[in-house]
Order: sequence, then structure tokens, then C-alpha cells
Amino acid sequence: MNSIALPLLLPFAIAIGLLLVRSAVMSRWVGPLGSLAMLVVAVYLNFKVQQDGILTLNTGGWIAPFGIALVVDYLSSLMLVVSSLIAFVIALFANRNLPDDIPLSRFYFFFFTLNMGVNGAFITGDVFNLYVWFEVMLISSFVLITLGKKKAQLEGGIKYLALNIMGSMLFLAGLGLLYGKTGTLNMAHLAGILKNDHQAILMNPSSVLFFVAFGIKAAVFPLYFWLPSSYHTPDITISSLFAGLLTKVGVYTLIRFFTLFFVQDQVFWHNLLLIVAGLTMVTGGMAAATYYDTRRILSYHIISQIGYMIMGLGIFTPLAIAGAVFFTIHNMIAKTGTFIAAGLIAKIKGTYELKEVGGLYRQNPLLAVLFIIPAFALAGFPPISGFFAKFMLLKAGVDSGQYLITAIALITGFFTLYSMIKIWNEAFLKKQPEGRETGPGVKLQFADYAPLVILAGASLLMGIFAAPVFDYVMQAGDQLFEPSAYINAVLTPQLP
Amino acid sequence: MEILLAVIVGVLYAAGVYMLLRRSIVKFIIGIIFMSNATNLLVFLSAGLVQGSPAFVNDTTVDTAHLADPTPQALVLTAIVIGLGMVVFILALKYKYFEITGTDDLDQLKQTDTHP
Repeated sequence: MNSIALPLLLPFAIAIGLLLVRSAVMSRWVGPLGSLAMLVVAVYLNFKVQQDGILTLNTGGWIAPFGIALVVDYLSSLMLVVSSLIAFVIALFANRNLPDDIPLSRFYFFFFTLNMGVNGAFITGDVFNLYVWFEVMLISSFVLITLGKKKAQLEGGIKYLALNIMGSMLFLAGLGLLYGKTGTLNMAHLAGILKNDHQAILMNPSSVLFFVAFGIKAAVFPLYFWLPSSYHTPDITISSLFAGLLTKVGVYTLIRFFTLFFVQDQVFWHNLLLIVAGLTMVTGGMAAATYYDTRRILSYHIISQIGYMIMGLGIFTPLAIAGAVFFTIHNMIAKTGTFIAAGLIAKIKGTYELKEVGGLYRQNPLLAVLFIIPAFALAGFPPISGFFAKFMLLKAGVDSGQYLITAIALITGFFTLYSMIKIWNEAFLKKQPEGRETGPGVKLQFADYAPLVILAGASLLMGIFAAPVFDYVMQAGDQLFEPSAYINAVLTPQLP
Repeated sequence: MEILLAVIVGVLYAAGVYMLLRRSIVKFIIGIIFMSNATNLLVFLSAGLVQGSPAFVNDTTVDTAHLADPTPQALVLTAIVIGLGMVVFILALKYKYFEITGTDDLDQLKQTDTHP
């Protein structure tokens, strides 16, 4: 079962290699190939999970719950696959698009440590270990966001760092209180202890601290202010990477924690989650409508879409959780796709400001098609991935009688559509504004389109072959809703 | 002793939040340090204090009932190191920011939030 450690060891080894050999030519190959290897490992683990059930590894030979357990279940392995796909695509994009003042070898070093943190957060079964992976991820992202050393990037970096460092501290404080009350940090063990607990209300101090900490990482309603003030500052390669991966790790941990062991006091928590989800959707969607910078529009959109995932968690039926999982993976792919499309628009036109661009449909119809697929996936048009994800969430909402949040989700869909149509109209349909340069006139080659082709293709395939994806996420949802399989898999003593 | 430490944790948190809300970036960093230390103490306290007992024993010791819990100590060690790394990074970031803009005023950080 040692293959479970590969998603951690592989990026670690590559990062160390990049540190020792700082060759730009080699990095150009190591980046995509290394992330492709991660993708292969993730797909292998995914097949293995479907075959053998939940995989566990007790690191160092310490039997759970004493050692650190690595656990790969349906949700983890799916997240591994999608995040490695994003990493691969971003590596392809970075090779063509990263500005010259950022050395490729340095970018890839932090790129792989970031991926190690993300993968670690997905597969760990231990709360403190999760904290450590979060910190690995955070420090890599701090460096990546300030890598260009421009004034706006440093300023955005300070804001990003300030709120996220607070989140880490709250996480650690919640973890301390949790350990003090239960005496364990193994997630499965915690679930076993807390399931039959009659003083559930005592857990609320720690669960509130965890909720705020993960809420900051996931950028939910009152805690999201770091995201729109920092995501548009770094190079678009780094923005796309963050947009695809970082907030979703926060969502993943929220789903994991609030299905596995913070399941006491459900009335309070599910209502809170639904309120937060509704406000997140509406504020993100409305704020996006006021901007004309593609990166800012898309940044606010990340927030708006996080609301849907939290909504699935708040409704808390197997279908709703499966819908949240589906929405998360769809969003990772489509959101990265729109960011990359924004990067290509800027590459042709030299600006992100929508008022200053136009006429792209005539100039570059291929880019128009490749933009419209992820954009319409976000807006929820059939037959692209977003439609089915939203449909599952809305159906779950109606089934469980949560009409208000369902209505809000539907209305937010129009906000999303409005913003996407705005980018479409301004950048592609309208004529080039008079008196403006037509941009640097960069001719895009196939290698420029390749990342977007992969993501648009993935989004389209997820929509056309929605049935297998649906079956898979339903199994993931069932596994999350009824965690006894998870608990047994981790806590049953295994022979080494 | 636990009460005393609990009070210290509270005071450190309060001082940390106060410093975070100042306008200077340096004071903000001092606030981060306060809060990170308060959190570390909180984790350390979480298992309760046991006076005069070792955290680890060899095979000859029989009485395991009065051992100090080693886990929070290990956790806190890790957390201190991570906190140190974070503080070093934010100091470096502050230095770079000061080099480029020549200001230490958090109110000057409005560029990325306003409409262009």
C-alpha cells in the first residue's frame, strides 16, 4: 500500500531536484512531465480505490490512531486526479506564458511544493498533519504570489498573507482544544469518539474555530476579502493555479470535517452553512458584475461559486454532498479554464481591461470557442459539466425542502451568466475600441491553446459522460454521508 | 498554574489583536508573533499540565498513570518552527515592500482594492 505516499514523495523529490539543478531548459521539461507523473499516480490510486475500497497507510509503522494515517477514499482520490490535472495544465501554460523576470526553475520549485501541500491535505487522515500540509501550501503560495516583486504583488501578498496566517492560527487553536477534549487527532478515531458523544455542544468551540479557519481558506462570505484584493496581482499563470486549487482545498476540508466528525448539533451548523452559502453566492456574484477587469470578475466568481459547494454541505443529504463534490471538480476545471482564457486574451491584447479590448471573435474564433466552453460550464448550460452539478444541488435543495437557498442558487446563476456574457460581449463581439492599439499582435500557436483545449475538453466530457461521473460522486457522497466504512478502514489493525 | 497560563494566553491574544489593528506593518508583525505564541501556549495547555513527570519512559517504569502527555509537546514544537518560518517570511516581505514603496503605513495599501 506504499503507493499512497507517492502523491507526496513525487513532488517532494522533484522540488529537491529543482533546487539542486537550476537549469531553465531542464525545468521546462520537468514541470509538465513531473505533473503528468502526478496525474498518472492519481489515476492509478483512483482505480485502486474503486477496486479495493478505501486505502490506508500507517506511516512509520505506527498503528492508527497513534501514528499519522494516510487515507485515500473516493473523495480524496477524485480530488487528487483533478488537482493533478490542473497542475499539468498550468505547467504547460507556465512554459509558454511565464514572464522572463521569473526564473522557471524557481517557479517550478514552489509549484511542486504547493502541489505537495495540496496533495497532502487531500490524503491525510490526521488533523495535525493536515495543519502541516496547509502550512506547506500557504508558504509556497506566499512566495508564488510575490514572485514578480512588483508593488501591487507585494501589496496583494501582504493582504493574502495577513488573513491566511490568522486562519492558520485559528486552525491551530481549534486543533489544540479538540485534542484537549478528545485526546486524539486521528480523523477516523475522532469520528468514532464523537459519534456516540452525548455532550456534543461542548465540541462547538473547536468546530467554530475550524469553521472560521477553513472559511478563510475557502473564501466564504464574511471572510473572503483577501481573495479579490490579491488574486489579480500576480502573473496570470499563478492566478490560474491558485484559482483552481487553493480555495477548493478549504472546501474539501470543510466537507471532510463536517461530514466525518463535526456532525453533532446539526440544526445549528446546517443553518449556519446555508446562510453563509447564500450570502457568499450573492455577494460574490454581485461584486463581479461591477468590474471590467477580467481577472477581478473571475476572482469574485470564485467566491460566488464557493457558495454552491457550501450549500451542498449545508443541505446534507447524500445527493447534496455528491452534488457539492461534482460542483467542486467541475469548478476547478472550468475556473482554471476561464483564467487561462483571460491570460490568452491579455497575451493577444496586452491588457485585462475589458473596455480596451474587442473584436476578438473575428480575430481569433478558436479562442472564442475555447473561452465559451468553460464560461458556459460555469454558467450552467447543458450539456457542459456545470449544468449537471447545479442540477444535482438544486434537486437536493428541492427534495429536502430548502426552497430559499435553491431560489438564491438559481438567481445567482443569472449573475454568473451576466458576467460571462459581459466578458464575451466586451472581448469577443464588440468592435475594437477606436483609438486603441490592437495589442502586441502575438500570434498564438498550438502550444498556447493546448492547456485550454485540455480543460475545455475535460469540461465537455464531464458533461457528455455525466452518468459515470454522477455514479462516482454518488458513491463518494454515500461514503461521506455514512462514514463507518472510513472509520473501519482506518482503525482496523492491519498487518504491516 | 493552568489558570495563570490561561490568563497569559488571553492577554497575549488581546495584545496580539490590538497590535494587528495598528497602522504600522511592523506592529502588525509583532501582533502576529503575539498571537502565534498565544496559540502555541493554548495547544501546550490543551492536555493539562503534569508536574515533575517525564513525557517518555523506558521499560523499567511501571507507573504510566502520571506521565505527561508527549503529543501536545511534539505538536507545539512543530508549530513553533512553522510560526518562526512564517514570521521570517513576513519580515522579508515587509522589507521588500518598504524598499519599493518607502512606506510602513498599512493605510497606503489601497491600490489592489479600489476600482482602477
